[in-house]
Amino acid sequence: MESPDSIVLTILLFWPLVSALLVILLGSSDSFIKKLSIWASLLPLALSVYLLFAYDSDMGGMQFEQFAKWIPQLNAGYHLGVDGLSIPLIFLTTLLSTLSLYYSAGVINERVKEYFFLMHLLEFSMIGVFLALDYVLFYVFWEISLVPMYFLIGIWGGENRGYAATKFFIYTLVGSVAMLLAILGVYFATGTFDIVEAAAAQPFAGNLTLASLAFWGFFLGFAFKVPSFPFHTWLPDAHTEAPTAGSVILAGVLLKLGAYGMLRIMLPSFPEASVYWATWIVGLGAIAIVYGAFVCVAQTDLKRLIAYSSVSHMGYVMLGIGAAAAVMTPDALDGAVNRFGLTGEAIQDSAAMALNGAALQMFNHGIITGALFFLVGIIYERAHTRDLARFGGLATRTPHFYGLMLVAAFASLGLPGLAGFWAELFTFRGAFAIMPYWAAFGTIGIVITAVYILYRIIQNVFLGEYDPSKHSHWTTVQGEHADGPTDMVGFEKVTMWPLVAAMFLIGIYPTPLVSYFNQSARELLAFVQNLG
Amino acid sequence: MGDLGYIAPEIILLIGGLFIFCLDLAYDPGVGKKSGLSYMALAALFLTAALVAAVLQLNISDPEAGPKIAYSMMTIDNFGSFIKVTIFSGMILTTIAGGRYMNRRSGNQGEFWTFFLMVSLAMSIAASANNLVLIYLAIEFLSITSYMLAGFLRENRRSNEAGLKYFLYGSIASAVMLYGISLLYGATGSLYLHDIAASFSEILGESTEVSGLAFAALPAMLLILAGLGFKASLAPFYQWAPDTYDGSPTPVATYLSTASKAAAFAVLARFFIVAMASFELNWVPILAAFSIITMTMGNLAALRQSSVKRMIAYSSVAQAGYILMGLVAVTSSSPSAMDGLNGVLLYLFAYLFTNVGAFLVVMALEETVDSTHISAYRGLIMRAPWLAVMFTVFLLSLTGIPLTGGFFGKFYVFGAAIQRQYFWLAGIGMINAGIAAFYYLRVVREMFFTSESEGGTLEVPMALQTSLLICTVVTVWIGVYPSAVLDWVSNASVQLLSVVP
Repeated sequence: MESPDSIVLTILLFWPLVSALLVILLGSSDSFIKKLSIWASLLPLALSVYLLFAYDSDMGGMQFEQFAKWIPQLNAGYHLGVDGLSIPLIFLTTLLSTLSLYYSAGVINERVKEYFFLMHLLEFSMIGVFLALDYVLFYVFWEISLVPMYFLIGIWGGENRGYAATKFFIYTLVGSVAMLLAILGVYFATGTFDIVEAAAAQPFAGNLTLASLAFWGFFLGFAFKVPSFPFHTWLPDAHTEAPTAGSVILAGVLLKLGAYGMLRIMLPSFPEASVYWATWIVGLGAIAIVYGAFVCVAQTDLKRLIAYSSVSHMGYVMLGIGAAAAVMTPDALDGAVNRFGLTGEAIQDSAAMALNGAALQMFNHGIITGALFFLVGIIYERAHTRDLARFGGLATRTPHFYGLMLVAAFASLGLPGLAGFWAELFTFRGAFAIMPYWAAFGTIGIVITAVYILYRIIQNVFLGEYDPSKHSHWTTVQGEHADGPTDMVGFEKVTMWPLVAAMFLIGIYPTPLVSYFNQSARELLAFVQNLG
Repeated sequence: MGDLGYIAPEIILLIGGLFIFCLDLAYDPGVGKKSGLSYMALAALFLTAALVAAVLQLNISDPEAGPKIAYSMMTIDNFGSFIKVTIFSGMILTTIAGGRYMNRRSGNQGEFWTFFLMVSLAMSIAASANNLVLIYLAIEFLSITSYMLAGFLRENRRSNEAGLKYFLYGSIASAVMLYGISLLYGATGSLYLHDIAASFSEILGESTEVSGLAFAALPAMLLILAGLGFKASLAPFYQWAPDTYDGSPTPVATYLSTASKAAAFAVLARFFIVAMASFELNWVPILAAFSIITMTMGNLAALRQSSVKRMIAYSSVAQAGYILMGLVAVTSSSPSAMDGLNGVLLYLFAYLFTNVGAFLVVMALEETVDSTHISAYRGLIMRAPWLAVMFTVFLLSLTGIPLTGGFFGKFYVFGAAIQRQYFWLAGIGMINAGIAAFYYLRVVREMFFTSESEGGTLEVPMALQTSLLICTVVTVWIGVYPSAVLDWVSNASVQLLSVVP
């Protein structure tokens, strides 16, 4: 009898698919579908918590691996595995999925069966991307994650949903096909679709032209998803039009897939090309930080503002990844040692720190922006507008909402004691040692972030006198008429508190989380250093 | 007897066609009664028998065994048999689904189903023919029966237009092709593909410079490509396609855009890979140019259509461009998991079930609301949820999204192009995939993104539903677990490529 550990990933992966089918087969009434979905989503959440504890960090590397034949003709298999990088992200996925399902149960009353079916399908595909260690499998999950999100935006979205959904689909599709071509290139160079084996075989080593082509193929695929400046233009539309839970998943998890792909595939597989192009990644990241922040200040729509803040915050991730990539190979490390007059170890520490910051930022952004999108959804359900000019003085009317928004917003701007701080600290501390000018440029974004958080959100929406003439049409969350803004109700509080608690927890004691990321960051750097 | 056994599928179809024809002459159902459905059932029966015969001829167990030659003019190999399996599957699905459609629109059912079997016969011969005259006859036979089928609804002006347009373009195309054949005969003194190849390699010897009599091969190649390109609806020979697909009875449009295309590609592949082996350096850039023009023109034209039937017609032009990409990247020199030709076969197989399915959905809407306009699909999820879901599967497969057959089709042809390092070709294919997604998604958008529904639930005929379900299941099956099909297509391609001189 095999131990349960050997199939835990398969259960984790396929349970959401089973849930989706159960919704279709057993979904007799709306309330039953909602209950079924929420309860069903607890199993993947529990399994991901189990993984957090069961992962043996002394041993490191890929664990809980599973192999099965799938397409033997292509040497493509069903290969799953998790390491320090993917486990926290899987936890993030299952947590946000459960919270989204729970929140949606309260606000979605139209075409319920389809909605919950698609949400489970989305969770299935996202977990699949984080688990897959085979290129074909990875690509399959990567692509099918588009489909449920497309429908979620298109059916339950805002007024302009058709346009936003199509734009989202086509932009990411073009990026994905570029990645597909790169995957095929890797296959013909190495003869395998296994991500780990292919990285070990170092496709196109010594041929910078081909390696760069493959690198940019992958980069296009990932950059559209992250989204990196200048590939971000689909994001504000998609986020603004998506239903609340859709935005939460989109910002919380789907954007992470791109950055995850860079860490899992690009850096280990093409170290030379990564070093060569690192400045570009750092530059794009730093520009995204500053540009995204400035655009936020100019927004009049609260949801669009938070959407653009994602562009800015994902820029930190790119900055961290790019900085670490710049000193990955032994040659590049020597170069940096000579340039800065530091020891190789110090530079490596900085690289690991940049990677940790990037990975931590991925996780934190998922929690913080997820929370912010929930909060926007909560106010939108009441006001039916997101126009910043029509809000003001809500602090006295909705104190609970104000408090939670305050925490999430401060976490987003990186206040010490909350989650966002550590990610920014690590990223910039790491990047300063390697690419000081770009990192310095990026800090402009931090200042501007404070401007849009404090001025546009906190001051504009919450502070000052409440003026009823600004906006007259208020309802309760159930859609009944109300005389003014009403505070959060039970299910909304239950949705929000785990996220806010996580912000505090990580903010006060980030060590457990960072140790997972640090493990895989060190492994990645050691892998590349020992290639020669 | 041995040779007769090799052409069993063709004999079954011939007997079937003649049988229905005689039955139609002898049997009078009486005034006002129609016997269309029984003829349809007979046609489906004979097609199924032919399918079984073709499957039996597939030699999966022993790929090393060489091809068999029937009456010197037909090569019975896995390549041809697989194409036949593909063609017959499509014809059966179309037959089952189209019976009621034709019964309601035309009185001459006996003739229709006779021609339908004859078309299948012609395609079947084309898939195996190894002699240019037989190829020409098969293509001509296929064309003439198709002209009649396209214009079969005599009272319908659009159907007349479809038939006539197809005929006018087709007759010129076949004349051009015949001229190309005569050039090849003049240069080599043979009509057999192998002999032509052998004689060219003798003329050329070791030199890579095309000179002397071999020079005739270049215009001949282009002329024959024009004739076959017409059948496969390659740009710039595709102008007939949208009008013909749009005006023909939908069952006819279905096979014209799928099975007939598969037959044309079978001939194209056999001709270029076997007969023109010495000129690979010359035909690769030509076919690559055709591939790029075809997919781009098809996609750009499909963007502007408001009739779903017409949109699928243009999209099937674009799809031909992707298929051609596989042919461009054929590698005969070394064995490879993606040798290009197996991509062509896999693509054709997946595409057949997908596109037949798409046309059947169009047919279902024509049957129930009598419209092909995109507005008829508005809110389809509310009126016929399973129809909308199945159509979405087909559209995603045409886009090339994973877990559908269309994905692995694209995977294989793109793979072959990457292997040959035709990055620009794959890159243009990538941009085209984005363009195509736009118009496929427009239909999905209409079907799903609204909760209003005008009109009640749609009653889709049972036979049509069955065919649709089969198409969906096969499309998803190839997408989820392609291993079995991959064995077939790889055996088929290896067998053809291994005989290349």
